[in-house]
Order: sequence, then structure tokens, then C-alpha cells
Amino acid sequence: MTMPPVLSIDGLRVDYPLADGNNFCAVDDVSLSIQPGEIHALVGESGAGKSTVGNAIAGLIDPPGRITSGTILIAGKPLGGKGSDGIRLGRDIGVIFQDPMTSLNPLFTVGSQIVETVSYHLRESARASKESAIELLRTVEMPEPERRFSCYPHQLSGGQRQRVVIAAALSCNPKLLVADEPTTALDVSVQAQILSLIKRLADERQLGVLLVTHNMAAVAQIADRVSIMRSGRLLESGPVSRVLRAPQHDYARNLIQAVPRIEAPLRRLPVLSEKDDVGTSIQTILETRLGRREAAGSDALLTVSGLTVDYTTRNWLRGGHVHRALDGASFSIRRGEIFGVVGESGSGKSTLANVIAGLVRPTSGTITFDGRPLGANRDRDARRAVQMIFQDPYSSLNARMPVGEAIAEPIRFYHLASSRADSLSRARTLLEAVGLSGDMGERFPFAFSGGQRQRISIARALAAEPSLLICDEPTSSLDVSVQARVLNLLKDLRDTAGQTLLFISHDLAVVRQMCDRVAVMHAGCIVELADCETIFTSPKHSYTRHLMSCVPSMPISDCPPTHKKNASA
Amino acid sequence: MLRTLISRTGQTLLVLLAVSAIAFVTFRYVGDPVQLMVREDASFAEKERLREQLGLNQPVYVQYGRFISRVVCGDLGISYRNQRPVRDMLTERLPATLELVFVATVLALGIGIPLGIYSAIRRDGALARLLQLLSLIGMSTPAFVVGILLILVFSVHLKLLPSFGRGETVQVGWWSTGLLTASGWRSIILPAISLALYQLTLIMRLVRSEMIDVLSTDYIRYARARGLPRPYIHFKLALRNALMPAITVTGLQIGSLIAFAIVTETVFQWPGMGLLFIQAVTFVDLSVMAAYLLLVGLIFVIINIVVDILYVMLDPRLRGSAA
Repeated sequence: MTMPPVLSIDGLRVDYPLADGNNFCAVDDVSLSIQPGEIHALVGESGAGKSTVGNAIAGLIDPPGRITSGTILIAGKPLGGKGSDGIRLGRDIGVIFQDPMTSLNPLFTVGSQIVETVSYHLRESARASKESAIELLRTVEMPEPERRFSCYPHQLSGGQRQRVVIAAALSCNPKLLVADEPTTALDVSVQAQILSLIKRLADERQLGVLLVTHNMAAVAQIADRVSIMRSGRLLESGPVSRVLRAPQHDYARNLIQAVPRIEAPLRRLPVLSEKDDVGTSIQTILETRLGRREAAGSDALLTVSGLTVDYTTRNWLRGGHVHRALDGASFSIRRGEIFGVVGESGSGKSTLANVIAGLVRPTSGTITFDGRPLGANRDRDARRAVQMIFQDPYSSLNARMPVGEAIAEPIRFYHLASSRADSLSRARTLLEAVGLSGDMGERFPFAFSGGQRQRISIARALAAEPSLLICDEPTSSLDVSVQARVLNLLKDLRDTAGQTLLFISHDLAVVRQMCDRVAVMHAGCIVELADCETIFTSPKHSYTRHLMSCVPSMPISDCPPTHKKNASA
Repeated sequence: MLRTLISRTGQTLLVLLAVSAIAFVTFRYVGDPVQLMVREDASFAEKERLREQLGLNQPVYVQYGRFISRVVCGDLGISYRNQRPVRDMLTERLPATLELVFVATVLALGIGIPLGIYSAIRRDGALARLLQLLSLIGMSTPAFVVGILLILVFSVHLKLLPSFGRGETVQVGWWSTGLLTASGWRSIILPAISLALYQLTLIMRLVRSEMIDVLSTDYIRYARARGLPRPYIHFKLALRNALMPAITVTGLQIGSLIAFAIVTETVFQWPGMGLLFIQAVTFVDLSVMAAYLLLVGLIFVIINIVVDILYVMLDPRLRGSAA
């Protein structure tokens, strides 16, 4: 007997009517099917429509968007059919979202969030639901499931939360699991565990999985088939082994190549189309308008020594508990170099960045910048000289300020322009320098994609004409192709304007592509510091070697992986 | 939890000490109670004797110290004007104000929260838009205007409800309540509405905007993705998150309700503490004014502690890590 596919989509089209009467077609003529036990990966850039496909399957398209044509059948039946054998969301389809940090309601225990699903769909008693919930937690390999049952989300790590989300999604034994970027927000090692969990569950439960992702390494690791989407259309579809090794379509080939390689550094990262690459325009603009080209050399721009940060939690009765986030970090950054800092979440990378930026006061240790000591209380000029770009481009721009104003603000604050008009025209120049058009300055942040927002953040940081630019995970929440563009932009800054960069990342491949020298951090200490080439070709410290071994490989195409966004940075 | 309570109690005492000091020192300079207490033709010697009897000739800090030690023993002094213990006067008036504030708060929460939820869920509906508009009017109309309009419509024209006073009251121990008689209820309706209107619209708008924020969060999307029914998502899951800020505001607002009650009590001649305070101000009745301020300060601080405790009970993230 042949089982019907758990999912078959035929000619799906999703439209969003726009305010001006036009229509935006998010998904156009997409057809695919998933067999029981099969993991089907849907990859593409942001905005390609892959998440929309996932939402359409789950019936979660937000108005005004709607499915205008095509059919979606789950195990041969449409969603929301009549009667008890109709297809129900939550019971027959499980859904996992990208960010486990925000997927769980913070005011309810994780147990209750599984129980409510079970008791609603399966009409189980409170007691039976609790038992099934604990059993589910055990199935998703949660340590100490009985105890975790009554924990609140904030008491669990990112990986554990994602296990809870998976447990709730699987609680009613669905036929299909729609996993929208399930590992994007997690640390490398946790990512691997969650992926193998999904793989195991698919095998054991004959669960069909639609894996929406932009992580090629994840695809290579667990998917059976892969479909590549662009602008709402399916470009290519087939077995993973074939598509990753020998993609038929140019775009697919470029997408796979845009993944940064850990094996060897390139001068520029490949980007998807030439017009996206801003290399040439930035050179001229930066040289003429901002050009304070500082001679690259061996003299140190920034020297830190014995930098230590303790976080103390005060407790009246039991005394203070001291957590040492940074433990005696010493290094110096040379003018015009890109200095990399790598490590897992909690290793103290971001604390280091915050101390240098003056956002956190060090417990002990000194910072010497440009020959002068840099304390916690800085004058205007010292603050101007060190600027920072943050990880999340969505929350680091003021949603109620036009981006041009946001860029002009530091220019005015540091008196770098003679008039308001001058500051705005410099903001336009900066927007052009980072590859956006100057007219975009009047728009608000919501009108921009993640990659564009990150470029705006870079423009804002450059507006202060800093001597040192600190980039804290600047691309870890971005797409592969967008990441390549932003990384190229940062490289250009250094190559053409001699900008000194402190580049913080947990992505070894990105660090290899970007940095001149690298410090490896572990538990607040710098365990190894050397030239980038030395670190990657002959790591000395055992922790560095461990970190290298954690990187999942892409065995088929030899394309290195990209792993994204730190779980709890 | 216990630790929080202890530290909060310490803070409470400090706040009250500061309030009492400010009250005492300020009122020391607003007028001369002796002048108001003696006959007009009293001689200088007579005035000095009274001043000595009342202890008003001693340095301010000595007077303050005596004031504090008396307050600690529960003695709030004697009203200069009425020649009655202030404590008795306050216990007479306190129930009226607290009942008025209680009914107003229940009205504000009982109507404001459901309307807020409704206008968040049906954000673009005609009724929700109308509510938003009306809430603007409610927020921007002063309480005394509302009170006068209510009296004009319901007491003068329709002759449905009394325009002043508490109606009949029943004595339950030292507490005189108007909530046990029909005329008491009839009397409290208009002042309570006039007092509640601003808070109601504030809570409605706050719940609406919080609810809209919460409904667009990932965890609500995830709850929808688990196929949970809409009413369950709205009222069990989202509401709890949306109410967190509403609790803070409501707590603070109960404090200002007591303060606003001065206006409402004046309009409706409600025999509460606000009216007592206004009279005390008119006659420079220092001990009444100081006692009133202390009491209001105490109520504010207690409300804030209750809000903090509620917060900890509702938000597990504030309970410290148990994992």
C-alpha cells in the first residue's frame, strides 16, 4: 500500500494587496511534496518567500495576505476539514519557529505550554497530559524532564527552549513538522544537537519535515531533498546530494558559493549579483569624503592590559556572588588591521567589546587608546573615536526616527558638520557609501531589510568618524548572501579608508575570511592569540582545536557551513 | 521574597519619615495657629502662655521629634479648630473616601480592561475606533466638569440620583459603610463615575496598546501555530502579559484617585478625607493637614508594595533563578 505524501502543495500562490492598489506576489506557483519520514529543505534568501510557504501550510498567513490559488493537502486532506478526521493545526501539523527565546510565553511554565496543547487537541485529563508532556520532554532529550516541566522559559538555555518548542509541536503526534529556521538562533554545538534530534524524530515517527532555512550546512547535514527559492518561485528542486554538488541554476550555484569558506581566505566574498556589490562606489566616496586614511603599520591604536570584569549579584543574606565575565584580557590592536575575537556564547566576547566601547566599567585593567589612557568617564572626543555596530539590526535603530536623521545625529552631536543641512548631506553620502541610495534617508527603519538596516548601522557608526569600529556579531542575524555584502563592505572600509576594526564573531569561517589576527576566548580568558593563518592552519591551544572540530562540514560539495547568531550573546 | 518585604518595609519607614518631616516643617510656616485659636483681644502674655502650652515656642526639631513620638504611639494630635482628636476625625472620614475610591477602581478596571481587550482584538472595527475617540474625550475632560455634568443630568433633570452626601450609612465596628444601604449605593454612583472616568479611559488605552503589542509577539504566534482556540489565546495567554504594565499604572492611579478625590468630594459634598483636608487648609489646622499627608503617604507606599508583590507573583522572571 502506498501512503499519500504527508504534504503535497500544488501551484501555490500567495498575494499581498498593497496600499496603492497593486499586488505583491510573495509565493508564485510553488509545488512540492514530502513523503513520510522525509526532510525537505526549503532554502533561499530572506524575502524569497520560503517562510510564507511554511505559514501557508499552517494557515498562518496574516491578513491582508491570502492564498489566491493552488492547493495544500496534508496526508491527502486540506487543512481545517470538517469532522474529527479533518486536519487540525497543532494536532496534525506541528510548527517550530526560529527564535526559541521568544517562542515561549515568559509568564507560564514550559510544562503548561505543552500540556495546554495536548489537553486541547487530544482531550486528555490534566494528569494524563502532564505525563505525556514529561514523556515528550524525555523524547526531545531534555535533561531532568520532571524538574524542567515546572521551569519557566527564562530558566532554560536557548537549546533547551527549542527542545520545549519541538516537544510542544510534536505533542499530538503530527504527520508534518514545519520548522522555520529552527537552529538559526542557536550556538554551533547546540545547533548540531537540535538538527540530529529532528533527523531522529523524522526517522522514528515517519514524520515529514519541511525545513525552512538559509543554513546550507544544516541542509547538507539532515535534509533528503532540497528546493531553492527566489522571489517567490521555486528555482530548483531535487535530492540534496545532487543539488548541493551540481546545482543546475546559476542563482543556486551563487547561493551555495556565497557561504564563507573556512578552508582558505578570499579577497572578496562572492555575492549574488554584481549590482549588490558596493566595492567600487565605496572606494571613491570614502577616499574623497571621509578619507582620513591612517597609515597601516605596526603601531598600536588600542592596547588593553589585564582587563577584568566581574558581575556581582548582590544578596543581603548570603553575600555577593561574583561572576568573572572577563579575566585579565591583554592584547593590542594595530592601526588599520581587522582584529578578530572568537568564542562560544558566554565566553566574554561581548563584554570585551562593551568595555572597550565604554558601556561597561572594567573591574580592573587599563585601556590605552592612541597613546592616551581610556577610562570609563570619557570626553566627547574619546567617545567619538570608538564606535560600535551591534548584532541585531532590528532593535539597534530607533523605529521612530528616519534613518537619515539617525545617521546625522552623531554628526551633529560631535560637531562634525557646520549646519543641519550639511549634516544631512553627509548622511546622504554615508548612505551611498554603504551601498544604499541617498534618498532613502527619509524613510523609517521598517522600510528596510535586515541587511540594509545593518548597513545603516554601519553608516551611523561611520558618521562619527571613529578611529576604531567595534563590530559585535555584525552579520550573525543576516542571510548568507546579505552577510557576504556586509562583510565585503567592512573589508572595503579597512582596505580603502584604513579603518581599524575589532571584529567579534562566533563564526569561524567568517573570522577566517575577515581578520588579520585572531584572539580565541574561552570562559573570559584569551586562550590563544595569533595571526589568522596560524590559528586556522596550526592551532596550538586544545580549546581552539575543539572549536575547529565543532564546525559541521558540508561533505558533499566541500562548501563550508555558516552558522548564525549566538543563542545568548 | 521575605528579604524583599523586609527591605521594602525599611524603605517605607524612610519614606514616611521624609513625608512627615516635609509636612511638619512646611506647615510650620503657613500660618499661626495661636492667632486662630485665641480671642481677638487676647493679650500678648495670653498668647505666649498658649504657645507654651502647645509647645510651639520650642525649636522646630524638638517639636518634630515630639510629633513623631506621638504619631508612633498612635496619637495624631488635636485639631486646633475642632478641639477633637485628629485620629477620631480621620477614622470618621476614611471609610467614605476608601469606599469611593474602591468603587471607582472596580468601575475603572471592570469596564476599562474589557473595552481595552475588545478594541485591541477588533482593532479596525467601527466600535473600536469610536471607543478610541471617546476615550480621548474621557481623558481630557476634568473631573469636576464631569461631576457637574452628571449632577445636572441625573440629579437636576432626571431626578434619578442624589447630588450630594453619602446617603444612609451603617456602622460596622468603627467603619461606617454606605455600601449596605440602597441610598448609599444610589449616592455613590455619580461620584464614583466622575472619579473613575479618567482612570477608566487610561486603563482602556493602556490595555489596548499592550494587548496589540502582545498579540504580535512570537509566543502568541506560536500559540496560534499550536492550533489553540482564539478565546484561550486572548484571555488566558495574552491578557496576562498585557496586564503587567496595567497593574503598575492601576496601583499608582489608586494613589492619585485618593488625591483626585479632593475635587470629587468637593463637587459632591462627599464627607471623606479630601473634604476634611480642604477644610483643614482653609483654617490652617496643622495637625489635621500633617496627619492627612502622613496617611496618604502611607497608603501610597502600601499600594506600591502590593504592586511589587503582585508583579513578583505574576512574572516568574522576577522571582530569581530557581533552575
